Order: sequence, then structure tokens, then C-alpha cells
Amino acid sequence: MTTSVRGPAIEVAGLRKSYRSKSGTQLVLDGVDLVVPAGTITALLGPNGSGKTTTVGVLSTLLAADAGTVRVAGHDVARAPDAVRASIGVTGQITAVDELLTGTENLRLMADLNHLGTAAGRRRTTDLLEQFGLAEAAGKPVATYSGGMKRKLDLAMTLVGTPSVVFLDEPTTGLDPRSRRTLWDEVRALVERGTTILLTTQYLEEADRLADSVAVLHDGRIVAEGTPAELKSVHDAGSLDEVFLALTEPPTDDEAGTDAAPAGPTQDKENVR
Amino acid sequence: MTTIATTAPTTTARPRPVADVLTMLRRSLLRAVRYPGLTVFLVGGPMVMLLLFVYVFGGAFGGAFGAGVAPGITPGADGRAAYLDYITPTLLVITVVGGATSVAVSAAMDAASGIMSRFKTMAISPGSILSGHVLGFAVQAMIAVVLVLGAAIAMGYRPGADALDWLALAGLLVLLGICLDWLCVAMGLNARSVETASNTPMILLLLPFLGSGFVPVETMPTAVRWFAEHQPFTPVIDTVRGLLGGGAGLDGSTVVQAVAWCVVIGVAGYVWARALFRRERRL
Repeated sequence: MTTSVRGPAIEVAGLRKSYRSKSGTQLVLDGVDLVVPAGTITALLGPNGSGKTTTVGVLSTLLAADAGTVRVAGHDVARAPDAVRASIGVTGQITAVDELLTGTENLRLMADLNHLGTAAGRRRTTDLLEQFGLAEAAGKPVATYSGGMKRKLDLAMTLVGTPSVVFLDEPTTGLDPRSRRTLWDEVRALVERGTTILLTTQYLEEADRLADSVAVLHDGRIVAEGTPAELKSVHDAGSLDEVFLALTEPPTDDEAGTDAAPAGPTQDKENVR
Repeated sequence: MTTIATTAPTTTARPRPVADVLTMLRRSLLRAVRYPGLTVFLVGGPMVMLLLFVYVFGGAFGGAFGAGVAPGITPGADGRAAYLDYITPTLLVITVVGGATSVAVSAAMDAASGIMSRFKTMAISPGSILSGHVLGFAVQAMIAVVLVLGAAIAMGYRPGADALDWLALAGLLVLLGICLDWLCVAMGLNARSVETASNTPMILLLLPFLGSGFVPVETMPTAVRWFAEHQPFTPVIDTVRGLLGGGAGLDGSTVVQAVAWCVVIGVAGYVWARALFRRERRL
């Protein structure tokens, strides 16, 4: 348990967002309220197309909200996007590394863009390579890395600027169990150092193991919020899987949206407790 | 357990656009070193064209010119040598265009890979993200121009330019490179995929053929000739040809047209690229 001394790191109230395209307007977020206390992990859980990535997009200044207020690290995302950007780190759904460069060069690029200075940038790069077990592959082009290594580098790049708030959008999708566990350890270590984390995931086990608090997003709204234990007891369920299924009806056709994945929520088969 | 919550020891986000542009330029050049295929294509393409046009078509084309008919040809030169004189300037321009088509691919790669989203969520100068590509490929194009010019000289080309002409030439080619690069960055961002990113810019490679690039426009049928006389590459190629030839036969209005076209292309490309960069992509 963590005790927050300075108030929430993320405050979202009445967040609405729709996408406009030639085929019309599609409402994705329909009044999302969310508070993430500093120094904690909140998992945003929801089926495909429920708006998890869109939420992270707005919170990380990539998308503009249609309505509502969003404050991250004490700054309003609409009024002070640069102050928000200076405080956050984002690991998106698509791995965001430069495949042509080496691991070291990718991290040095981040250090330069964070204006760390040469010496500090070098130190930070060496430390992160060590911390993520990438020291051996540091001089090789990222194109030769495995999926797990790329994801680790991706997260390391996010951390170069020592962000106080980190967004992880489905960080372990497609990773093997070992890589997933390594990443979980890194996430826990981050929180111990005081970082706030908002994590989206389809893996209920991930939310159960990592998160202090879970928010279930469905049809553009938060339909349940609480610690994993609270959610399980309220819904009289043995696992978050059951909570998830109880709360989220399969998406209707018009909200299947961007995901090409088969309809219906993805279930994590491993999560039998 | 009590963890000290670190909500906001936020380092004041002081914008440092120059440092950011230099960092992005370094990245672009590093990518060029790591992926030499694109650079080889940049130099190799025009060189193959030079060899092909001079040694395969040159005898026939140059012979048809007759000594001294077209601008830029050394008096007394004929056949192959005359044609080498005529098309070397064109190939320098084509080298710059080739660099621009590669920018489109790089910009599309960034957009597709998610690294552009990463940059957008960082407290950096937003302009540096695209400028890095533009300047990086402008540098590569200039290196390629020097190599292609070297090849032409090795084949017997003798430019008559003086120091001032060289300076003006370098200025025009850099301007052309940066302006075309902005247009192609926009085309790359507008492409649906990395694979199709270089399709639209390829049209630019055709334009020198439909202008004064390979044969004088006077030899073309009326409609084609009208197009040739009113498209950007004709004044640009004529200016490059005039400067390389030591300024003989180069009139001021051609130079003004060349520069004006570059600026128009550059501004339009920049505005378009900026709009596409700011456009929200559905997440």
C-alpha cells in the first residue's frame, strides 16, 4: 500500500471524445471519470474498442478531448501540454523504437531529446541497459532484437527522462511469460521509486498482480472501480475474469471500431486462480 | 509503507528547438549510415542514368543537337560530349529529387512505427521531428550531387562555372532540396503505408523529362512544349545549366522563376506537412 502525500497524479473528469470521419461521428469516451493517486498503479481494463487507448491518447496529449477536464502531474493537458509532456513517459501499443539504430543509440537519442547533457545521458543509458538486461545487445541494431527485447528497450526509452507519470498501453501484449514477468518486475520497481502508472491491459492476471486499483472501461464509461479484491467481492466473483465478463457485454457491431480482432472480450486463459 | 509521492518536481520545460533539430538531424544521418541502401540508390540511380543516356543514347541525341544549338554545350563539342554537357545539370537536379522521394519513405516509416507518437508525447520542439528528416536528406542529397558531378567530370564533363557560380549553384540546389523535401514529407505522411509512400513523389522524377531536362523544349509538340515551359523543373534545370556553364545565356527572369518555384513548393509542402502532422490519427 502506498500513501499519497501530494494528491492525485491523474485527475480525469467528464472526459468525452469522439472521432469524426467520413462515415460519421463515433463516440468513444462518454464521460470518463478517473483518479489515480500519486505513486500507485491503476489498471484500465476493458474489451477491444472500449476506449482504453483513446483514454491514454488524451492523457498523454496525443489527442484533444471534446469535453471534460484532464490534469496530469498537476497540469491541464489542454492548457499546458508541454508541462504535461515534461512529466510523463508513454509506452504505446505499437513499439516505438528506431529499428535502424542500436539499443544504445535509441537511448542516447532519448537522453538528448530530454536535454540530459552528454555525461548524464551516457550514465542514464548505461544504467537502463543494465537494468533491463540489454547490455549485451546494446551495440546491435534493434531490428535484430526479439519482440521481448524491443518491448524492454521501448520501456527503457520511456524512462530516460525519469517521468513521474508513466502510461503503459498493453505493454505485455504478445510477450512470452518470462518477458512479461521481467516487465512486471520493472513496473513494480518503478512504483517503489514513487512513479505513478496507468496501465491498460486485456490480461486480467496482469491487472490482478500489478494494480493497486482497477477501473473497468466499457462503452466509453468507467463501469466499476476499486482494488482487485473489492471488485471480486462486490461481484461475488472468484477472479477478475468473472468480474470482467459480468461487467462487459460483448461489443455491438458499431463499436467494434478499430480492432480487427474477433468480436468479444479477450480472455486470459492463464488466469485461473 | 509510505512512498514519497513525486508529483511535480517537474524540470521547467524550457523549449530548445535548435538542440532538438540538431538531435533529429543526427538521428536522420545515423539512419542513413545504418541503412546505406537508400543512399546507394540516391547516388546509384542518377549515375546509371548518366551512363545510360550518355553512352547509349548520347551518340544519337547529341548528334541531333548539332554543335552550339542547345544551351550549356561547349562550343565545338558534338555527339556524346555535347549530350554529356546538356544532361549533367539535369542529373544533378534529378539527384536532389531522388533524395526527396526517400524523405517520404522515412516520414512514413516514423508515422507507422509509433516513434512519431513517442516524439509527440515528449517535451521537444514539434517542428524538429520533421525538420530532422528534411535537413538529413538535404545533406545526403548534397553529398550525392557531389558524387554524381564527380562521375560526370570523370566522363569528360568540364564545367565553366566560377566561384560565384558555384556558390549560387550550391544555394539553389540546397534550396531545391529543402523545398522538395518538405513536399515529400507531406506526401509520406499522407501515404497509407510505408510501401506506397514513395509512389506520389515518383511523379516528381518524371517532370525533368517533360521539361528542358533531356531535350530542348523547342523540339516538343505544342501542347507538351507549353507544359514544359510552365512547369517548375524547366527554369530550375535551365538555371543549373546556366550556372555550370559559367553564366552564359542565363537570363535573370529564369533564375527568379526557379527560385520562386522552389519557394512556392517549399511553403506549400511545409504547410501541408504541418497540417498532416497535427491531424489526429485515430488510436
